[in-house]
Amino acid sequence: MNRSRMISLGATAGLAALALTACAGGGSSSDSGDIALTLTDTMSESSAPIYDEIYQACAAEIGVTVTSNHVAGSGLIATVLQQASSKTLPDVLMLDNPDVQQIAASGALSPLADHGITGNGFPEGVLSAGTYEGDLYGIAPIVNSLGLFYNADLLAEAGIEPPTTWDELSAAAAALTAEGRYGIAFSAANSFEGTWQFLPFLWSNGADEDDLTSDEAAGALAFVDSLVADGSASASVVGWSQNDVNDQFIAGKAAMMINGPWNMPSLTAAEGLNFDSVPIPVPNAGDDVVAPLGGETFTIPQTGDKDRMAAAGKLVACVVKGENQLTMATRRGAVPSDSAMAEQAATENPLVAAFAETVQTARSRTALLGEDWPAAATQIYTAVQLALTDKSTPEEAWAQAAG
Amino acid sequence: MSTTVAVDPATGDLSPQGARKRARRRESTAQWLFLAPALVYVIVFFGYPVGKNFVMAFQDYSTRTFFTGEAPWVGFDNYVEVFSSNIFGMTVTNTVLFTVGSIIGQFGIGLAFALFFKRKFPLNNVMRSMLLLPWLLPVIASTSVWKWILDQDSGVLNQVLQALNLTSSPIPWLADPDIALVSVVLVNVWLGIPFNVTLLYSGLQDIPEELYEAASLDGATGLKAFRHITWPSLRPVVNVVLVLGVIYTLKVLDIILGLTRGGPANSTQTLATDSYHRSFQEFSFGTGAAVSNILIVVSLVFALIYLRVNRRAVDE
Repeated sequence: MNRSRMISLGATAGLAALALTACAGGGSSSDSGDIALTLTDTMSESSAPIYDEIYQACAAEIGVTVTSNHVAGSGLIATVLQQASSKTLPDVLMLDNPDVQQIAASGALSPLADHGITGNGFPEGVLSAGTYEGDLYGIAPIVNSLGLFYNADLLAEAGIEPPTTWDELSAAAAALTAEGRYGIAFSAANSFEGTWQFLPFLWSNGADEDDLTSDEAAGALAFVDSLVADGSASASVVGWSQNDVNDQFIAGKAAMMINGPWNMPSLTAAEGLNFDSVPIPVPNAGDDVVAPLGGETFTIPQTGDKDRMAAAGKLVACVVKGENQLTMATRRGAVPSDSAMAEQAATENPLVAAFAETVQTARSRTALLGEDWPAAATQIYTAVQLALTDKSTPEEAWAQAAG
Repeated sequence: MSTTVAVDPATGDLSPQGARKRARRRESTAQWLFLAPALVYVIVFFGYPVGKNFVMAFQDYSTRTFFTGEAPWVGFDNYVEVFSSNIFGMTVTNTVLFTVGSIIGQFGIGLAFALFFKRKFPLNNVMRSMLLLPWLLPVIASTSVWKWILDQDSGVLNQVLQALNLTSSPIPWLADPDIALVSVVLVNVWLGIPFNVTLLYSGLQDIPEELYEAASLDGATGLKAFRHITWPSLRPVVNVVLVLGVIYTLKVLDIILGLTRGGPANSTQTLATDSYHRSFQEFSFGTGAAVSNILIVVSLVFALIYLRVNRRAVDE
């Protein structure tokens, strides 16, 4: 290999390393089995070791070897499509739950029932998130959702109780807004993250994604819009990702935020931050909070090799077992899918409790529209952006965002 | 390659005519062999993708296609969907404003810098090479920094403006749909200045000093010298810079994705970002290809202009 080739390869590898974070994880330490499985997941550098430990333990248990490959979540679908067209899909593939239907519809995945995975003990919402046309294709060992995080010191100082209704949320956010600090932060970005963050308001108000021009949808949008209009939230929310929101909260520039349990490790590590979380406030006292269900599922692609697919099935069945759920959930900041395990996690860690409650009733994003979800998701964040930037009224935004 | 062999070993033909014919044939074979690598390269890396993209725009090319290989033919449906979408008019307007705004800014400032650096003064070379900095930084890194600079609440730009009392309330550079496009253009201007300065500066170097000396004897200095000597002599370079600038700017994707992702409320969505969004967010590769074909045609028009302009520049 000549020198310039080496250099360009080195440069490519350097770029890839940025995206792929810690590829070295898997590796086959024991050559006990004849079957060597490949697995692709979307774990970050900090989460990968937790998962690799579980993969290796499970592989040893069922007598195979497994090599894991960690890719960035944002680039996963592109990778999957590439592998699908070149017939090089891994034996086990992690997919974010709203993507499962899309990929299952293409015929790339095998029904998990073929491998004896039925999802017994998993809540309805978790199963429906991995189901396409009646068959279970993806199973999520741990799930998450959204909640309201608050800076306990700031609320105590102002003598405010954590809000439970929209009115209380408005009042609290306005009262907590001060020089250099907003009452609340959330993401209303023009991406699926923005959609995901708006869903608890949309759904809790009784609106559905198959009828977005309803009064309920307009009402939900009017409420979120009012938070920005009265200055309780920054106008910059239209550009913030959830990570940005978390940064604002940690920096003390927001007294409350809408975010998910995966931030708990970074929030706990933040010095001098005294935080807690409650379920997202609902329109009126007594309403049920309906939040979106998040979490990555494990799927088994159609690779054509029966033995390997069977082994992959055993591996997935082992990885999603109760005790593994508990390990992943506590170390990554999530709720175990299994209801019994979720209860145990909630008692062990009070921070998980608020989310354990929410995920029991959380809704899957693709349950209603299936493959058509991405189009609706685009319409939702577009409408939110139109309203929040005053390009349109909340009533007109939905119609304007269509198509 | 040997050119001394003029004898056909098979026939032993030694006639000068036969030898000449064979030599010519051999020469044309050699010409094609020299061309072959370039031709193969162009066909594989330019012809195939463009052709594939052209065909894709007539297909229902979705995630399913990648696994099954089936992409049903839908005729002009994708184009109809693109042209009738709510945001198409906006993306075209944004693309034009973004391109025109960027080119005017880049070229104007670039020309001013080039003229400035033509003078001889200490540290000229150092400062001129510093000017290349935006070019050397990875675009994603510099857009991240710009995003931070332009932040409404804690961005350094607003803090400076407020400290100087130039504005009373912080300006929502990237959060207001009416301002976001201007901000994106400003960043792209910053990024494009090195390209303009470099080409225009080297163009200025080619203008003979004697012209200015002769003109100054006739009393033409300063603005007059610029109008009657610099500008006419620089015209060929200017044409090339402008046309290339348009082609580069039309397809800008990374700067917009890094700063606003096309938002807020699609106010910075251009044809390039819309195509990206359709293909890689919604996985509607057919409509994405349709949008990028529109972009390719527009770029092609400017590429042809470039070729014409370039030929004229060479002829001159």
